[in-house]
Amino acid sequence: MTDPGSHTNPPVDGSELIRFDHVTKRFGSNTVLDGLDFSVDAGKHVTLIGPSGSGKTTILRLLMTLMKPDEGTITVAGDQLFPASEKQVREVRKKIGMVFQQFNLFPNMNVLRNITEAPVTVLGMSKDEAEQRARELLDLVGLADKCDAYPTQLSGGQQQRVAIARALAMRPQVLLLDEVTSALDPELVAGVLDVLRDIARTTDITMLCVTHEMNFARDISDQVLMFDSGHVIESGPPEKIFGDPEHERTREFLGAVL
Amino acid sequence: MQWDWGAVADFMPHFWDGLLVTLQALALGSVISFVLGLVWALLMRTPSRFVRWPVGAVTEFIRNTPLLVQLFFLFYVLPEWNITFSALTTGVVAIGLHYSTYTMQVYRAGIDAVPVGQWEAATALNLPLRRTWTAVILPQAVRRVVPALGNYVIAMLKDTPLLMAITVLDMLGEARLFSQQNFQFTEPLTVIGVAFILISYLASVLLRGLERRLVR
Repeated sequence: MTDPGSHTNPPVDGSELIRFDHVTKRFGSNTVLDGLDFSVDAGKHVTLIGPSGSGKTTILRLLMTLMKPDEGTITVAGDQLFPASEKQVREVRKKIGMVFQQFNLFPNMNVLRNITEAPVTVLGMSKDEAEQRARELLDLVGLADKCDAYPTQLSGGQQQRVAIARALAMRPQVLLLDEVTSALDPELVAGVLDVLRDIARTTDITMLCVTHEMNFARDISDQVLMFDSGHVIESGPPEKIFGDPEHERTREFLGAVL
Repeated sequence: MQWDWGAVADFMPHFWDGLLVTLQALALGSVISFVLGLVWALLMRTPSRFVRWPVGAVTEFIRNTPLLVQLFFLFYVLPEWNITFSALTTGVVAIGLHYSTYTMQVYRAGIDAVPVGQWEAATALNLPLRRTWTAVILPQAVRRVVPALGNYVIAMLKDTPLLMAITVLDMLGEARLFSQQNFQFTEPLTVIGVAFILISYLASVLLRGLERRLVR
């Protein structure tokens, strides 16, 4: 087993890695996040659950700098991500990897190049080293034989596993997982979740997931955050949230999805 | 009226000269319009309004004035400012410039059609903006626009006879010269008509082949 979570300077396990202070995000007149405070400790696996539109995905997109908050500050490993200069953002972004609902592989590149493109052009890794590492990662996600395939030749589940390998190739400290199985045919979901369970178990990478797969959330999470209307209304270990939720909204939500 | 194979034979040496000029104008005009159109399309996406506005105004102007007027302008007006090119060069530049204002719209549509998820993936991987364009967005956009660009190549081919108006001896120019000297109109005009169809057909076959290779 390779170590996809290894990075140049690992944060001390248990120290605070991600911090949101009074983060507000609006889309027009719709306030998606309203003065949100929350933090994630290094090495933890945190799952965000809650009804659609409650702001879970927005949190991941803010962290990935795909959008900017209207107010508040976001800090990753002590470095401010917002507000920050473009140069600083690029620096902080190196610590974060993301896997998308729609995979978003580059269709004009084969699998190997999808994975090596960023390590070579962003991290300055040699092509040989990047390819060797890509092959290790493909082995980890069970697609060692698909190096030369193009994304359109793969099933959704295979594409998503390549996308996971691609994100890990940048050696991020945090892996953001945005409803990574929502676009998959039901029979392909298990394969992707197994890969993620493997990564959660064998690496020290911090994970932040938005998912509707409650069994998966229960399996891998150290902490579950229940969102509603842009606020964390309840948080705790999965046994507590799934077994004995305190908040009425949490009970309603879990009753509807479980 | 009688068909005279002898006239065809007499015309052929002139025809080859004209064909060469037409193909040159078409090839160079295409290259200019493809490159310049991409430049316009990219400039129209810069954040600066002071770039977008003039580019938008100039290309709108060129697109909405006749190519023939532009040919005359470049050929007769520029020399008054001591800028002179050969007639063929002027023609190639005019055609390329004129059609670049159409290809820019094709490129724009192609770039817009690349899913936003591709930009987001590039951001998530921290790819620099330039690399995102060259490695991710443009390869996908160009692939999509080849059929539409091909249509403009055919349109350009059919506009090359306009070059005759600025003394370029393209196929039509040669045919007209031959006709006036020999009082035989049917044969040379028929020959170049057939040539236009053949070139169009060949070009469309080539483009379809290219399309098939690019589609993935």
